Amino acid sequence: MNDFIKNIIWLFLLVLLQVLIFNNINLFGYTNPLIYVVFVFYYPLKKEKGAFLFLSFLLGLFIDFFSNSGGIHAAATLFIAYMRLPLLTSILNKTDFDYHLFNIRSISFIKAFSFISIQVLIHHLIVFSLDYFSFSDFGKIISKTITTSGLSIVLILIGIVLFTKKK
Amino acid sequence: MQQIFKFIEKYRYFLLFLLLEIVALFFTINHHSYHKSKFINSANFVTGGMYKRISSINEFFSLKKENSRLVEENIRLKNLLELTPYKIDSIFNESVDTSLYYQKFKFTSAKITNNSFKSRNNFLTINKGTVNGITPEMAVVNSHGIIGITHNVSKHNATVISILNNYSQINVKLKNNDHFGSLTWNGKDYKTVQLLDLPRQAQLKVGDTIITGGKSAIFPEGILVGTIKDFKINNNTFEPIDIVLFNDMSSIKNINIITNLEKQEIKELEARNNE
Repeated sequence: MNDFIKNIIWLFLLVLLQVLIFNNINLFGYTNPLIYVVFVFYYPLKKEKGAFLFLSFLLGLFIDFFSNSGGIHAAATLFIAYMRLPLLTSILNKTDFDYHLFNIRSISFIKAFSFISIQVLIHHLIVFSLDYFSFSDFGKIISKTITTSGLSIVLILIGIVLFTKKK
Repeated sequence: MQQIFKFIEKYRYFLLFLLLEIVALFFTINHHSYHKSKFINSANFVTGGMYKRISSINEFFSLKKENSRLVEENIRLKNLLELTPYKIDSIFNESVDTSLYYQKFKFTSAKITNNSFKSRNNFLTINKGTVNGITPEMAVVNSHGIIGITHNVSKHNATVISILNNYSQINVKLKNNDHFGSLTWNGKDYKTVQLLDLPRQAQLKVGDTIITGGKSAIFPEGILVGTIKDFKINNNTFEPIDIVLFNDMSSIKNINIITNLEKQEIKELEARNNE
């Protein structure tokens, strides 16, 4: 239960961080990294999966409330939350995959990097596709996905390296 | 029956995922079909209140720029007051005929507490709501020109559909000849918007000023919009014309909300036409 409350506090902190700081960065005019997805990477694997899906949905919905964007972030965050376990099992070999003690710092950098990059790319692609909501803006969606993902991935990796302990 | 329970037991996470995803997509589609995002918006008590608090801190950083803009506006208005025509001289006119004056538009001041110009469809949050007499579909402007139209209104906050939005269709016209068109945004650059549906007999030059047309009951006529950047003619019709905005949408703070006091009357009149 203690862990659960900790995760909820963590969720609210990420919402505030995203909305108050990272939504106002405006690099090159209008690139804002979406760093709140780090919640999906750090939520413990051994925990109840239903609660995890629901919290991810709520996290996205809170971001939507602040940025007037319907359910865009909720849909994208929920999707990568559901994709997390299948993606991890396919990236990691069965041998070095300890389900209970899993931590993003406990796996090799290349594997952690590819896991984070794939998740962020999928998330951003969903966000921008739903935001533009038309096939004619396909080029714009792809370019925005790539630039914003690049920035998000760099910031998330820096954050993880600086603020977590290596196990 | 047993099998159904087993099925649900087996796929319960997938079903939960599916259910929540449908809810999220429902919100998204509601949001895209204009004027329906009644639930997910930043005008509510929590998000609006938080934006208000943060913007009261941020305000200090833009004070200098806002001050000079307001002084500029004051000087322009003072100069307009000094422009008295000769015939209104006290020698010829001792009394003021109040029946010659009437008010159609009322201005209310407000502040933007959350600005957005990066998404495809941008919304702003402002610090006035129903208690200040704000209702949906009011014009939002500042001294440099148009900003948007109010959308969702709560007690103390409101959201504004920015002109940088796929769904804002504002009636505008050329300043020097009264040809009308409508204003949209293609989502590329926050400094330029697009003018559509201009009749082909309109005479254009690069640098021509665009102002609001005053055909709708929302905007008064003659609010500044921007200047023509370039235009192309294809098959005897205009391609979407790029307009450079007078407003820098990335830094706006103090705004005016315009109430049309005759809106009810106009709406009732138009409704009678449709009967």
